[in-house]
Amino acid sequence: MTTKVFGEPVRRREDARLITGKGRYLDDIGSTATLAAAFVRSPHAHARILDIDVTGALDVEGLVAIYTYEDLTGPLAEPLPVLIPHPQLTAPRTGFPLANGEVNHVGEPVVMVVATDRYLAEDAAERILVTYEELPPVVGVDAAREARHAVHAEIPDNVAARHHQETGDVEPALAAAKNTLSFTQYIERSACMPMEGKGVHARWDAADSSLRVYTSTQASTSVRAAIAAKLELSLDKVEVIAPDVGGGFGVKIVHPWPEELLVPMAAIALQAEVKWAEDRREHFVSSAHERQQRQEITVGYDDEGRITALDVHIWHDNGAYTPYGIIVPIVTATQLVGPYVIPVYRVIVESVFTNTVIVTPYRGAGRPQGCFAMERTMDRIADALGLDRAVVRERNLIQPDQFPYDHHLTFQDGRPVIYDSGDYPGLMAKLKKLVGWEEAEQLRADAGARGRMLGVGMALYVEGTGPGPYEGGHVQVLGSGKVLVSTGLTSQGQGHETAFAQIVATELGVPIEDIEVTTGDTRRFGYAVGTFASRAAVMSGNAIALAARGVRAKALRIAADVLEVDPGDLEIDEGVVQVKGTPGASIPLRTVAVLSNPLRYAFDEAARQATQFAGPADDTRPPVAEGDAPGLEHVDYYSPVRSTFASGAHAAIVEIDPATWEIDVVKYAVVHDCGNIVNPMIVEGQVQGGVAQGVGGALYERMAYDSAGQLQNASFMDFLMPYSSEIPDVVIDHQETPSPLNPLGLKGAGEAGVIPGTAAIASAIEDAVGRRITAMPISPTQLYDLMRDQDTERTAAAARRAGTGAMA
Amino acid sequence: MKPSAFRYADPRSLEEALEVLSAEGEGAKVLAGGQSLLPLLSMRLAAPATLVDINRVPGLDAVETGEGGVRVGALVRHARLLEDAAAARVQPLLARATANVAHPAIRNRGTTVGSIAHADPSGEMTSVLALTGGSVTVATPAGVETVGWQDLFVGPLETSVHGPAVVTSAFFPALPARSGTAFAEIARRKGDYAVCGAGVVVTLDEDRRVSAARAAYISVGLVPEVHDLTEAVAGQPVDTADWAGAGALARTLVDPDADIHASADYRRLLVGVLTERTLIEAAAEAAGRTAA
Repeated sequence: MTTKVFGEPVRRREDARLITGKGRYLDDIGSTATLAAAFVRSPHAHARILDIDVTGALDVEGLVAIYTYEDLTGPLAEPLPVLIPHPQLTAPRTGFPLANGEVNHVGEPVVMVVATDRYLAEDAAERILVTYEELPPVVGVDAAREARHAVHAEIPDNVAARHHQETGDVEPALAAAKNTLSFTQYIERSACMPMEGKGVHARWDAADSSLRVYTSTQASTSVRAAIAAKLELSLDKVEVIAPDVGGGFGVKIVHPWPEELLVPMAAIALQAEVKWAEDRREHFVSSAHERQQRQEITVGYDDEGRITALDVHIWHDNGAYTPYGIIVPIVTATQLVGPYVIPVYRVIVESVFTNTVIVTPYRGAGRPQGCFAMERTMDRIADALGLDRAVVRERNLIQPDQFPYDHHLTFQDGRPVIYDSGDYPGLMAKLKKLVGWEEAEQLRADAGARGRMLGVGMALYVEGTGPGPYEGGHVQVLGSGKVLVSTGLTSQGQGHETAFAQIVATELGVPIEDIEVTTGDTRRFGYAVGTFASRAAVMSGNAIALAARGVRAKALRIAADVLEVDPGDLEIDEGVVQVKGTPGASIPLRTVAVLSNPLRYAFDEAARQATQFAGPADDTRPPVAEGDAPGLEHVDYYSPVRSTFASGAHAAIVEIDPATWEIDVVKYAVVHDCGNIVNPMIVEGQVQGGVAQGVGGALYERMAYDSAGQLQNASFMDFLMPYSSEIPDVVIDHQETPSPLNPLGLKGAGEAGVIPGTAAIASAIEDAVGRRITAMPISPTQLYDLMRDQDTERTAAAARRAGTGAMA
Repeated sequence: MKPSAFRYADPRSLEEALEVLSAEGEGAKVLAGGQSLLPLLSMRLAAPATLVDINRVPGLDAVETGEGGVRVGALVRHARLLEDAAAARVQPLLARATANVAHPAIRNRGTTVGSIAHADPSGEMTSVLALTGGSVTVATPAGVETVGWQDLFVGPLETSVHGPAVVTSAFFPALPARSGTAFAEIARRKGDYAVCGAGVVVTLDEDRRVSAARAAYISVGLVPEVHDLTEAVAGQPVDTADWAGAGALARTLVDPDADIHASADYRRLLVGVLTERTLIEAAAEAAGRTAA
């Protein structure tokens, strides 16, 4: 059986292509005649542009064109769009495709050079002299908050948005709480860092007045609309294709990037193919980062550790501009509450400007920060009360009989945060078993005997996945028996071809080998939103399932006609429609496809069967029935009422060398619930990759900006993305709580793995060393400083363990 | 990240290489494994007018091991040296340090001599050359000369070799009798440049007492230095010597810098820890090579 493959660990059909060098990435597109673009980017974090002198570049052989802001016309000369407006985003700012008089971060594009190849384009770019008047830079969330200087002169407090939600009156609730505690903590910047940077290739067909753009994007349909709007082209004259994309992780959902407009602009102006492939240094300073926040938390709780009120004030560094609105702040604010009952909750997120690279969603998209806030609060309560950290969490969990559970918050899709389903005590029970939570003290003693400090930590999360507004799917059976499937959302290596094929094979009853899947190509499917927020399987998966069901219904109807039976007596298996229980009474699906399209011309043998003299016909009916359409195909859409909420629990065991303060994650356990699973192998891969980014964010990666706003580690030599040698083996257990919101019962799985890493590892390190960890990521040199600083707070647990504390 | 234009020469003999270097002047740069040079070119941190690729020059690819030491030719890749059992017997530090050089892909292309000529204080082999008291052979149009390690390293990424010259080999003297070595690094990620590394040599006298203990460090200081730690352990029996004291002494001798990966204090801490750990290992080896 190769048709009932939903839920099976089918091997990824795209991998053979991708891992043998047969992928077609952005930089594989084009020929030696393709012109190359390169950019002069700001070397200053904050400056006024006084002069741009291009004369030195003019005699560079191979130079084709130089563009500055002065060359932009019409909508292109306006600021880039605020892609996701929000009423609380009261002071949005976006840059221009090329800087218009002022630069607000190192790396902001100032001049575009087009030459016959990238080498020469860089030669010319190097010879362009830009004179700047430096302005005081604002670097880091605290500097933005203090507002001694302004990023944008007309926004003196640097506040772009003040996002505020509350579920009750928090101050009296805190005043009435039996216990309260307050603390401040920080989380640093990291970034998506896909192996393939951004890139754009544009080709203008002058005779046809049409534009084809390839871009390494997560949202080709919207890039298409943006290009049409900004270049004032008719939508039907623009096609945008996401080719194989070497990773996205969020950064490629932002659009239009300046280059996505400028490269097509140049292609039209120069009547030539033009390409820009971002290099790694450009990616560091001119794409997007995420994660930096300052979090001030006050919690009220009873003597059993049950939270009665939670008040959170966050300052979120949004970088120089806000093209993606306040999605990340909203996600932090609303996902912070996790799997817990929080009777009264108030959150304020002040999104502040800094003279650094823009902040837009990076896998997790604000959730790792929210999880860090909530889970470290749980750790603090446990420490203060002398309770097991797992017990405090268990006492606060939403119980299985409380679903749907309404948090009375508004999510990033504008819809209520209502958890559709889940079993959080079930996650916790599995996690404790998987990681060996009850054996922690024995492990600690064993490690101590080896001269190592051991600690365990855990963190739970709930993740809103699969937000709308919609995705669509198209399924078509050809006369050859081949089944074409397309959806507009894009792929960046997640395994969509495989997962979507599994869904169609199962729904339609055809061999998976006969299915071809296309994603992210506006020529094939024009309506789509994009790949983000763990939504591909939920959104396109369900849309494609509905489309396949439509094809199935039509196939049964046509076959029933031919076989002179009731459609209800038919089934489809292995690509054959047959009468249930009557062997031989069957018709291949490919023949049904042929019959579905009445023909006049017999261009091939299959077509002959559908021509007008091929068989008996009912002369009283038109060849295509009223309300019907030719072809065995169907388009359908899935639009959810609101997001579906996946969940999970992670635990880490760390060992620390007290001589060198090196930190090893020796065990990492994950229990994961994404509802029904299409392909467990793909889900486990997503979890593994997410955990790798979680460990990276906890122990290795940070954006090392100096006080002048220069990024000091803009290369893979100094930005410490972990290698496989730094990533622990991950043990995974699944729990499947189907979503009641969609036909397939799916929840998203793409981002989950990264969310709790920072919280769980911080907790484990704190447990190991007995000192309060208030900032992440943490490196050995920072841990050394923390341990020898007499002012570092000791945990109550450490004091109790040493027999010197009597708090509990 | 594309290099600016450069001329390229691939001479077929050392004489031809020197001729090209002489003709091209200061703008010429020798290319061997390219593992440091090419990234510098791509990032436009260096823009030599001419690259003189010596990969087709015959006679530079040998590892010659004799009683007195190991001579490593300019085209010997790290991976080749790492696998050379004879060299490892005569001077065990070579393989021990080379195992810490980057990743296999880089070791397959990068050369030991190129890494020394590049004079990066984060490189392993510069410190090994220093610790073993080694030298390099430099060919110039005027002839061949030997430059001892003390005269070679001038500053970070800077040697005393100037003008038309090719460093044709490096010589690492053999490990002395009754001696042992060890090498260890701490890097943020496996294969990265070390946050701190240490190589040590311990020599015993015939009574298995410590007669010498010397160390050289990676990513500590601007140029390789050899620190004599003997005073902390001199004359002490190998099994009970105060290696922790030697580590403490080392901490007072070094003057590390801070960078984004480590504070100076943290590097100093690691100097102490790695010194003690490597000395213990080296002492055990020395003891094994010293008749009881």
